[in-house]
Amino acid sequence: MNASPGAMDAAKRQIDGTDPFDGELAMRGYALNAMCFSFNEAENREAFAQDEEGYMTRFGLTLEQKEAVRNRDVLGMLNAGGNVYYLAKLAGIFGLNVQDLGALQTGVSLDEFKANLLAQGETMRRSAA
Amino acid sequence: MSKIVGGIFTSHVPGIGGAIAKGLQQDPYWKPFFDGFLPIHDWLAREKPDVAVVFYNDHGLNFFLDKMPTFAIGAASEYRHEDEGWGIAFDKPYPGAPELSWHIIETVVANEFDPVTCQAMLVDHAVAVPYELCWPDAPEFTTKLVPIAINTVQHPLPSPKRCLELGRTVGHALASWQGPEKIVVMGTGGLSHQLEGKRAGFLNKEFDHFCMDNIGPNPEALLKYDSLDIVELAGSQGVEILNWLAARGAMQGKVVELEANYHVPISNTAAATMLFENREKVTA
Repeated sequence: MNASPGAMDAAKRQIDGTDPFDGELAMRGYALNAMCFSFNEAENREAFAQDEEGYMTRFGLTLEQKEAVRNRDVLGMLNAGGNVYYLAKLAGIFGLNVQDLGALQTGVSLDEFKANLLAQGETMRRSAA
Repeated sequence: MSKIVGGIFTSHVPGIGGAIAKGLQQDPYWKPFFDGFLPIHDWLAREKPDVAVVFYNDHGLNFFLDKMPTFAIGAASEYRHEDEGWGIAFDKPYPGAPELSWHIIETVVANEFDPVTCQAMLVDHAVAVPYELCWPDAPEFTTKLVPIAINTVQHPLPSPKRCLELGRTVGHALASWQGPEKIVVMGTGGLSHQLEGKRAGFLNKEFDHFCMDNIGPNPEALLKYDSLDIVELAGSQGVEILNWLAARGAMQGKVVELEANYHVPISNTAAATMLFENREKVTA
């Protein structure tokens, strides 16, 4: 039997606070991710910084994707099919690292986000020698 | 005859590369992680492996979503790292071992695997950071590289069972290779971390310890989970443990843990480094 996209959705695994990047998201996010992939090259990062709107249009971003980028709305970019590995390249242009992204997505300050990680701190070392 | 001398398993957080570039190895935040490599430096100086077979995942340097292989095996005479978008490019090239790469490709295809083969291939931080960690003072890298990329980016991912089997088949290829090389296998990435979504920052130390306690003596223990189970347990990017499973599969015979270091947090990640010896000679 052929599975319809609806059937794919129905079977989708639900994981709290997590939307695994699958074919559906890969299709939805293709233009946004393609733009972000181009940022591996410094001159493309520069071109984006010079003219965000023109650069987004050149890569054919959807209205939803453009709006999320304009608003630096990370959850919006994810909803629009962005993959975090590619979005990290865009975030770099804005001077944001993955810890900044974590704070933005979870609605806490950067200091709180870091503190939450440090609160789980552990160092374990074992050696056969 | 070639021989697998051991396995090195390590996190490959890009921030580690940034810390190396800034010389922060003795900084209190980074030191507990970097110190985990001191015994590995001694071991590498002693064993002097000629080749590293590295199981890793590409994060959008060599592969984009236009063509996303489930498994890809490098067969180049040289590999390079390049800027991944944040301006850091490690400049020392990684010499390849193309004849060994093709022997691995021949073997895995004969055993029903269908990898993409790459005669030109960039390697990202998931290879570059482990090389920098292992050989920090090398004027040039002399340990030849066979990179084997596993898709941990776009679902459906290969299953843990499939990754372990791929590694075992690579292990058969290494055991049947007639060259004199000493080989180290590496699995990079993990342990628990999640970069995106409302669960960003998620860690699972209990699951990490389960993985570290079992990856050496009983890797099959991880096979009770599928890849989405691991996403749930270890976070979206914690699923990089698939690279560890494949590397573990490549080690045959007796596998003895020599060193383990687990340090939380490094950036958003529960970072881990393990060294296993794989001394027992295995006949092909």
